[in-house]
Parts: sequence; C-alpha cells; structure tokens
Amino acid sequence: MFENWPLLSIQIWMPMIGAILVLFTGGDENKHIARGIAVGTAVLAIIFCIPLYMNFDVTTYAMQFTENVSWVSAYNVNYALGVDGISVSLILLTTFTTLIVILAACTAIKDRVAQYMALFLIMHGMLVGVFAATDAVLFYVFWEATLIPMYLSIGMWGGSNRSYASIKFFLYTFFGSVLMLVAMLYLGMHVGSFAIEDLYFNDLGLNIQILIFIAFFFAFAVKVPMWPVHTWLPDAHTEAPAGGSVVLAALMLKMGIYGFLRFSMPITPLASQYLDYVMIVLSLIAIIYIGLVALAQTDMKRLIAYSSISHMGIATLGCFMVYVIIGNTGNYEDAFMSIEGATVQMVAHAFGSGAMFLGIGFMYDRMHTRLIGDFGGIASKMPAFAAFFMLFAMTNVGLPGTSGFVGEFMVILSAFQGSPWIALLAATTLILGAAYTLWMYARVFFGKVTSDKVKRTNDIQGVEWLTYSLLAAGVLILGLYPECMLRLLHSTVRHLLTQSLQFSLPM
Amino acid sequence: MDKLHILIPIIILAPLVGSIMAGVFRHQLGARGAHAVTITGISLSFITSMVVAKSFVFGNAEAVDIVFYQWVASGAFNFHVGVLVDHLSSMMLMFVTFVSLMVHIYSMGYMQKDPGYQRFFSYVSLFTFAMLVLVLSDNLMLLFFGWEGVGLVSYLLIGFWFNRPSAVAGSLKAFLVNRVGDVGFLLGIAMILMYFGTLNYESIFPNVTAVQNLTIEVIPGFHWNVATLMCLLLLIGAMGKSAQVPLHVWLPESMEGPTPISALIHAATMVTAGIYLISRMSPLFELSATALSVVLVVGATTCLFMGILGVFQYDIKRVIAYSTLSQLGYMIAACGASAFSAGMFHLFTHACFKALLFLAAGSVIIGMHHEQDMRKMGGLRKYMPITYVTFLIGALSLAAIPPFSGFYSKDSIIQLVGESTIAGSNYAYFCVVAGAFVTALYTFRAFFLTFHTRERMDEDTRRHLKESPWSVTIPLIILAVPSAILGYFMMKPMLINDPTVLGASIVVSKHLDVIAQWREHFEGLIPMIVESFHSLPCWLALGGIFVAWIMCAKNPEWSESLKKRFSFAHMIMLKKYGFDDFNDLVLVRGTLGLARILFQQGDTRIIDGWVVNGIGRLINWFSFVTRKLQTGYLYHYAFSMVIGLLVFLGWLTVGL
Repeated sequence: MFENWPLLSIQIWMPMIGAILVLFTGGDENKHIARGIAVGTAVLAIIFCIPLYMNFDVTTYAMQFTENVSWVSAYNVNYALGVDGISVSLILLTTFTTLIVILAACTAIKDRVAQYMALFLIMHGMLVGVFAATDAVLFYVFWEATLIPMYLSIGMWGGSNRSYASIKFFLYTFFGSVLMLVAMLYLGMHVGSFAIEDLYFNDLGLNIQILIFIAFFFAFAVKVPMWPVHTWLPDAHTEAPAGGSVVLAALMLKMGIYGFLRFSMPITPLASQYLDYVMIVLSLIAIIYIGLVALAQTDMKRLIAYSSISHMGIATLGCFMVYVIIGNTGNYEDAFMSIEGATVQMVAHAFGSGAMFLGIGFMYDRMHTRLIGDFGGIASKMPAFAAFFMLFAMTNVGLPGTSGFVGEFMVILSAFQGSPWIALLAATTLILGAAYTLWMYARVFFGKVTSDKVKRTNDIQGVEWLTYSLLAAGVLILGLYPECMLRLLHSTVRHLLTQSLQFSLPM
Repeated sequence: MDKLHILIPIIILAPLVGSIMAGVFRHQLGARGAHAVTITGISLSFITSMVVAKSFVFGNAEAVDIVFYQWVASGAFNFHVGVLVDHLSSMMLMFVTFVSLMVHIYSMGYMQKDPGYQRFFSYVSLFTFAMLVLVLSDNLMLLFFGWEGVGLVSYLLIGFWFNRPSAVAGSLKAFLVNRVGDVGFLLGIAMILMYFGTLNYESIFPNVTAVQNLTIEVIPGFHWNVATLMCLLLLIGAMGKSAQVPLHVWLPESMEGPTPISALIHAATMVTAGIYLISRMSPLFELSATALSVVLVVGATTCLFMGILGVFQYDIKRVIAYSTLSQLGYMIAACGASAFSAGMFHLFTHACFKALLFLAAGSVIIGMHHEQDMRKMGGLRKYMPITYVTFLIGALSLAAIPPFSGFYSKDSIIQLVGESTIAGSNYAYFCVVAGAFVTALYTFRAFFLTFHTRERMDEDTRRHLKESPWSVTIPLIILAVPSAILGYFMMKPMLINDPTVLGASIVVSKHLDVIAQWREHFEGLIPMIVESFHSLPCWLALGGIFVAWIMCAKNPEWSESLKKRFSFAHMIMLKKYGFDDFNDLVLVRGTLGLARILFQQGDTRIIDGWVVNGIGRLINWFSFVTRKLQTGYLYHYAFSMVIGLLVFLGWLTVGL
C-alpha cells in the first residue's frame, strides 16, 4: 500500500509537523500532551520505516524511493531525494535513535518539555534530509540545518560551560562546511548539475581533485571527528543534555563518514587514492592517540566522547583502506568487507555509545555528577542498570556477539589484507578499548558504596527500562545476525567501489 | 546423522536458557529455582553430549559439519555460524559438560547464603554455553565468539565479589592480559583469511599445503614463512588464554573469584582453550617446525618456572593456580613436540584431578571459614576425612605417581618430549623432567601443610571444623574416580591405538610424528608402571614428595634456614621473577603516564590552547584592529569565514 507514498519526504516533514504541534501545547503545564504527541510522532516514524526496509530492493545500487521536484531551476537545483543501502541504514538508525531520545526525555526532561521534544523531532527531519538528499545543494541545506537544533539543545539545556562548548561546536563545524560549500559550488558549475550522481562523472585532474578533497575533508573530518579537529566533541558532549549527546554520538558523527562515502571517494577518486595514506594515518592516530587520551579522562561523558572518536577511527580506516587492499591483493572483492565493516561500525557505535550516554544521563539525574571519582558500588544499588550497562560496555569493547564486534572484526581483517602493520595498529583498539571502558566500569559500578548520593539511589524503572531494552535488542540483533543490515549494503558498496576506483593511478 | 541437527542445539542452548532464566527471573525463581533451572539445563546438555559422543568415542563416526545460518557475507568473504562434530569436539563436549555439572552441584553447597547466588549460577551456565560454542564451532570466527565469551564470564566471575578491590583489580587484569593475546589471535585469524579466503576448518585444512612455501615480507628485507607467522600469531592468542609466560600474570589473580569457578574455568576448561586451539589447528602447526619449536619452548618454560613459584605460595588456591600454569605448560609443550594427542590426554586427566583439587581446597576453605592461608591450617585430616582422601588422590594424580591418571598422561608427555628432535627439545626435556620434581614438591607441601602438621588455626575456627555438606563431598567423590583410573582406561585409546580416539581431528606429519615412533616400543599399561620405577621422572616425583615431607612436616626449621641462606633467590621467587612489578611500573603506569601527557599537552595545550583558542584570539585581534564588527564572538568568526570563503571561491574560479 505504500508503493506510491513519498516515504522519504514523510520521514523528513512529518516529524516537523509533529514538532509544530508539540510547540502549540505551550508551556510546561501541558507537558503530558507534549510528551504524548512527541512519542506518537516518533512511533509513527518507526512505522513508516517498515515499508522502507521491506520494500527496499537489495539487488540494485540505484537510488530508490526517489522524489524529484525542481527547486531553483535557474541553477538546476532540485529537491531530490532517494536512498541507497548506506543511506537507508542510516535513516533507519535515525528513526530508532529519535524514538529512544524522545522516550528517554519523557522522564528526564522536566522543564521546557515541549521545546525539547520539538527540537529533537526537527533534528530527526533534518538528519533524514541529510541522508536522503541526492542533490548537493539540498544536502548542504540539511547539513547546516542540523547544526541549529543541536546548537540550541546545548545552549538551552546544557551545563555550566555551555556557551563555550556551543560556540566551539558551531564554529568548528561551520568552518568545515563553508569549505564544503565552495567545493560543491565549484563542482556544480563545472559539471552543470547539482545532482550528486552527476558530480561523479567529472573529468577533473588530480590537482583540482586534491583541492576539492581537502575542502570536503575539513567538512567531514570535523564532523567525524578526526584528529586533530576533534576537540569540540568532548566539550559539546559534556555540556549537552543526555538526548543531545545521544544524537550527537549516534547520528551526527556519522554524517562525516557518510560524507566521505557519498562525496569524497566517488567524486574525487584520484585524490582519495592519492591521499589515502593521510586518511589512514589520521585514522590510526584516532584509534591509538585518542584511545590513550580516553584513559586519562575523569568525566564519564568526556571518556565516552573520546571513545567515540576512537571508534570512528575504525570506520574511517575501513573506508580508506580499500585502495591499499586492492593495491595489495589486486582483487576488489577483497575490499568489500572494509567498507561494509565501516558502515556497520557506524550503526553499531550508535547503539553502544548512545546507550552509554543515556546511562550517564540516568546516573546524572539521580546523583548530579558525572565524575568517575564520585561513584563506586553502583552495581549494588542498581543491579539491573549495571547489567545493561555491562552489555553496552562490552559492545564498546567489541565483544563478539555484540554489535561493536562486527565492524571492528570486518575492518581489522580487511586491513590485514592491505598491510599487517596497519592491522596491528588498528587492533590495539582491542586493548585500549577494553582498558578505558572496563576501568571506568570498575570504578563506577564496582567497589564499596561510599558516597551518600549512591546510597540513596534506586534502580532504573519504567521508561528507562524500555529504552535500555530496545537498545540492548539492537546491540544483540546486529551482533548475532549482522547480515540483516549488511544485505542492504552489498549492491551499494559494489557500486561505490566501482565509482571510487574508476581511474587507477599508475602504481 | 539427522538427529545431530536437533541434539547439537540442545547441547548448546540448554545452558544458555538456564542462564537467562536464572539471571532474568532471579527474584521470581529464588535460590532453589535458580539452581534447579541451571542444573536441569546442564544435565540435559551433559546427557545429550554423551549420546553424541558415543558414536565418536566408541564408534568411528564421520565428522559432521552443520551450518545454522550466514553471519556475514561480504564480497569475497563469508562467515557462518556452524558446528563441527568430530572426535575432538565430542571428547571436549563430554568433559566440559561433566565438569560443569559437578561444579554446579558443588556450588549449591559452596555458594549457600551468598547474596549473589542466582547471579552465580547464571554466570556459570553462561560460561558453559560459551565454552560449548568454542569447542563445537566449525570456523575461527565462531571459535573467537566462544573464546571471548568465556573470557567475559571469567572476567565477571573473577570480579564476582565486586565489593572487594582485589577482585575487581584481578578481573580487570585478566581481561586486559587476555586482550593482549587476542590481538595476536585476531591478526592470526586475519592472516588465515588472507591466505585461505575462508575461516572454515573444512576449507582450510585440505589446502594447508598451499601456504607451505609462501613467504611474507612484514619487515622489508625479511622473508618470513607464512605458516610460521600464522602459527605464532595463533600461539599468542593461546598464550593469553592458556596463561603461558609472559601472559600468565592474570591466572594467579583470578583466584579472587569463588573457588568453584577456579575449578571449572581456571583449571578444567577455559584455560585449556589454547591447547584445544593448537590441537585443532594441528595441520597448520605441522607445516612449521619453527613455530612448533617456539610452542615447545614456551610450554616447557612455563611448566618449570611457574611450577617453582608454586613452592613459595602460602595461599592454598594460589599453589593450585601455579600448578595449573605448570600443567598447562606440559600440555603446550606436548603440542610443540607434535604430540597433540598427549596434550589432549593430559588436558582430560588434568581437568578431572585439578577440578578435584580445587573443589577439595574449596571444601577446606569452607571448613576454615574462608581462610585460605595454609599457615593457619594444619591437621585437618581428622576433621575432614572425605576431603582429605579425595585431595590425596588428586595430589597423587597431579604428582604423576603410578598408577594414577596423571601418571599416564604426564609420563607420556615427558617421554614424547624426549623423543622429539626439533630445535629446543633438549631444553624442553630438561624442563619437563625437572618439572616432575617441582610438581610433587609443591603439591605435597600444600597437602602436608593443610592436612598434616600441627593445628595452627585459632580456637574458634577449630571448634567449628567439620566435613562439608553432601553437595560438596559428592562431586569430590565422583571426581576422585576418574582422577584415579581415567588414565589407565584412556591411555590406549588416546595414544596407543591407531587411529586414536581423536581420529582424523589431529594431523601430524610423518617426520614429526613422535607418537608413532614411541608407539613402536610401547609394551603395555602395566609394564609402563614397572618401567617407570627405573626412570628418572618417577623417582624425581617420589623425591619431591619426600622433600616436601622433610621440609614441611618433619623439620620445618630446615626450610627456614634454607630461606635465610638463599635469601636473594627466595626474594626473586616471592617477587615472581618480577613480572608483576614490570607490568605495573612499565606497562600500566607507563601507559597511564603517556595518556595524561597526550591529553594535557596534546589535546589541551597544543590543539585547544594554541590552535583553536589561538585562532580565536587572532581573529579577535584582527577584528579589534579593523574595528568593523562590535558584537558577539560568533559573528566575528562567521564573518571571517565568509570572507575566507569568497577569497577562496574567487581564487578557484579565477585560477582555473
């Protein structure tokens, strides 16, 4: 029955309508209604995902569920939407994450409820827009638009240092995206179209490609974030409310890697191949340097923020290892697993780190601190919470059977095909990830209860249980049967690889 | 063999279901319900395992490979979830489920009144599930799942009493040291995938010879044999899990966990996973004599030098832990000598007598009100007769006194290492022979200090001393039987018969086949005993018992004076060769120090302090100078960026 529905537009604009309705409920005296509408909208978005997943044709790489309306005809800019395997995975993830955030906010947020809910519904629409846009200008508009709700959520519900963090966040990401706009405008003028597909067929030489690659790089690397443009993330996370952190970690970081896959690699294949070693080195720095920095953190949110950067290093490594792998084995079937692993890593990381940020929120609501040193013995007071959190810690550690393992496993095994040394350096994440995650877990959850705040606390209940169960299901399903997501990717990745390798440099 | 499609899922899933029920419904089920569901699950698994194993152990059934579902199918690579039921895995099945069942029953008594009773049973059943996946998997991906799964539960159980700082530290150490091994293991898996294009055993083993003469240039200019490097990487994994030097440091600390799990996880099953891995990969290891030499030397070193440390421990569980390290060393050494079957044989007998010793030690610990220091024990034989006799049987078996089980398996290993001619085999032979003396010494030192000698406990403890309840003693009695006689009955099927009971699961190349050479002059089970009285290892073992008796029971002051005379050597032993100090000072503190420097200097000072805030200051200054804009930070920056954008855009369009 959904064949002719504009499913993608629905995913973008329906939450906006929901947001407007939520805002109409006014002040906090009607917060129950606001919550009801928000949850209803989020659930509706999930329902509209079902046809998206069921009717998605896994055998083709072509864009599906396409919509195309002329927008600025003078410049050939269109309101064009469509999804392939990678973007549909991220849209499903967005919908899931929004539901979690909205549900969690029902109990966690007590003031300005309507505004908070509306913000995250708008955020949902913007993010789906980013992942569904097939027109570069439209993509850019959504890309920038996602900044506003995040900026507001940090600015309005943030912690004490929120103005520094929100400005740092805004500037960093704005700085990057300005360069991206330049590159896009240049490309659009050069090719005569802003459809992303058309941009792939440019005849640019290596030098121009390198410039464009660098311009894209700043936009995407800041978002991922890659070392050394990562320092906004820990600040943004510490100041953001729990829901903001979840969206930031689970979705916004993925925009960067999505950008690399959608723009950098296919549009500038020569430059991507030429500069792949830079990307690999930066990814390895993210894995090792940032993994070490995570060990030195005393604030749980900062720790998980650094852990996110480190995990995204695995994803960027997976993307840019393909050239080395194919260069080494000569068979491009071997490179599939690298990119698919990177994509799985994106989704898997969303479950693990999203759940941990949410959990830190649960603890903050009860004890009003995030410093590791203030805790100890939580497991005796909150056994169910401790058990859930152990599962999420284990997915962060990359334990087989959880989602966190799949991406790491695929990327490291692929990396070995390219170079044993890169695989070895990437595999240090096994040790570092376990060290910072479990050391934090041990200090927070184990030990004797010493603090009075911990003594008075109670276990998670109701909605918290529900959100954690949903996330745990995500972690386990993706960990035990990753093919349920990978099947969406195969054709798309094949196409992506042929696009990204259409020219080969003399080796 | 269609029934295997039903039986195997029952074997694997029954403990998992028990675990989930005991964990999730812990309030509803209560203590009795929790042990009822888990013991039902594990019993079901045990009985089904026996049914499956029957056709492999007593018949000569063909190996069966069952694929359940596709896990990942990505480009050139496929990974599935499937099981391989063959001689090796079905033997492992029997032992894992048997020891697990004993430990479940025992725990009803040992964990009585512990507030985490349900959680404990849930963990132990979960462990059994993971261990069964490990041994049944038909590919390295699923093996790694089981491998990490048992590691997780081991971590959870070492830290079971999470209020104790030492337990938490021990669990963290166990996990991290194992992860170091896992890095090697994962790279080994990656390398196998690279050269064979698959991780399924049945596709790898027929094609192993393909990599025989290939070389890889990991360091430019050095051409390494591919098979050697693969095996060494896998060995690193095995060294982590099976606690071989230098990755052994976690095992003694794992004794912070409850004693039943020390028996199950840290003696009988999980720590033998490394031996299982090497045996399973025997076709690959056989390609590289270099790798086998390394395996042999690592095993032999662990066997002797960790055994020596056991002599200096006063905690009864730590003595047994060091003994486990040493015995694992024997098994690894056997694999290195290409006597995989002998390694597996010792694995099985060791599983029985070491589980018995741990459980008996646990019985002592209950009696002593959770006192583990042997200096506060003594003379327990008259209070705990069943524990005493069963411990003695375990100790005799461990010390390889004929005709106990340990004698057959360990003496075979010593003789087979003696037969081996690969590089390092002389050193290894020395270690395993000397190990025989050390084993008997520390075992009987513990035995005498605990059950004989003067009563050194305080009056209050002494008054309450009594034999443990039936749920504790029954598993002891059941385990004492195989500890005494299993060796006699398994010797022929495991080593002498051709083909052995492990059948085609183990592959040994002709020129390295020490068992075949040794088999030729094997005369029988009884002559083996007679012969042993003419051989060095047996007399060394008896000598060890004698020395233990002299030093601990007869003239304790002698050991004191020896300690004084060789105080430097004694200090080295107490410091455990300095591995722990090195790890703490260099690795742990070094890493943390580096982490702080990177954070404070790299992130905070250079990137944020100089670059980010520096640009902020620069723009501030710039705008101050131009005095064009007055308000808000944000707009300053944004404006500058727009300017930059225009400049860049102009440059691009003009320049190109």
